[in-house]
Amino acid sequence: MQHNENEPVEQHDSVHPSPAKYIQIAVILTLITAFEVAIYYVEAISKEAFITIFLGMSVVKFIIVAMFYMHLKFDSRLLTMLFVAGLVLATFILVTLGALFGIFT
Amino acid sequence: MATHSTTAPHEGHLTTTTGLDHRKLLMWTFLASECLFFGALIATFLLFKDASVSGPTPQEVLNIPVTSTSTFVLLTSSLTMVLALAAIQRGDIVSGRVWILATAVLGATFLGFQVFEFKEFIDAGLKPSTNVFGASFFTLTGFHGAHVTLGVIWLMSLFIYSFKSKDGIPVTKSLDVELAGLYWHFVDIVWVVIFTVVYLIGSLE
Repeated sequence: MQHNENEPVEQHDSVHPSPAKYIQIAVILTLITAFEVAIYYVEAISKEAFITIFLGMSVVKFIIVAMFYMHLKFDSRLLTMLFVAGLVLATFILVTLGALFGIFT
Repeated sequence: MATHSTTAPHEGHLTTTTGLDHRKLLMWTFLASECLFFGALIATFLLFKDASVSGPTPQEVLNIPVTSTSTFVLLTSSLTMVLALAAIQRGDIVSGRVWILATAVLGATFLGFQVFEFKEFIDAGLKPSTNVFGASFFTLTGFHGAHVTLGVIWLMSLFIYSFKSKDGIPVTKSLDVELAGLYWHFVDIVWVVIFTVVYLIGSLE
C-alpha cells in the first residue's frame, strides 16, 4: 500500500502478538473464568479464601488483557504509567472509603 | 512469544513531543479517568450491598450461571476486537470487517443478557428505588451497560465507515480501530472486576 506524503502518519507498534497468540490468551482467560465459577460452588472453602482467590484471578485477567489485548506490553511506558496512575488512585479511593465505612470489617 | 510485524508505519515518524499520537495519549488519559469513575461506583456498591433494611438481597437475586455466560460473551468480544485490529493492520479488509461486526454483535448480545437480568430483578421486586443494594447495583451495572452501548455504536460506525471505500479501513487509518479497541478492552476489564466483586464476592453468604 502506498503512503501519501501529505497524509499524517499514524503511530503503530512494529511488533504485536500473532492471531494464534491472541486465541491462546482468550483460552487462558476463559479457563480462569471457568475456574472462578467452578470454585464458587465448592462449599468447603471459607469466605476469606474465596475473596482472596477471586480477587487474585481477577487481577491476573485484568493484567493479561491490559498487557496483550491493549498492547501495553508493547507500547510506550508513558501509556502504562498513565493508566497505572489512574488505577492506583481508584484503588486508593476504594480502600479509603472501605476503611472509613468499615467495608473490610 | 510468537510475534509478527505489522505493515503499518513504525514509531519515530511522529513529530509530537511525546513521540505518541495525541489521540492515543488522550484515549489512555480518558481510560485512566474512567478507572476513577468505576472505582468510585464499585466502592459505593461495596458500601451499600449489605446495608439494605429490606430485601431482595444480593444472595436472593444474583444469578451466577447467567452472568458467567454473559462474561464469556464479553471476553470473546475482546478476542474478536483484537483480531479485527490485527486484520486491518495487515491490510485484510474482509476479515477486518467481519471481526468488527462480530465484536459489535457480541457486545449487543451482552447487552441482551443485561436487559434480561434487569427484567428478572424487577420481576423479583428489586428496582433502583427498592433499597440501597438495588440503587448501587443498577447504577454500577447500568453505567457499565451504557459504556458497552456506546462501544457497540462506535464499532457499528467503524463497520459502516469501512464500506466508504473499496479499500475498507486502510492501514494508515488503523489507529481509528485501535482507539475503539482500547475503549472496548477497557469496558471488558471493568466487567472482569464487576463480575468478581459484585457477582462472585457480592453473592457470598
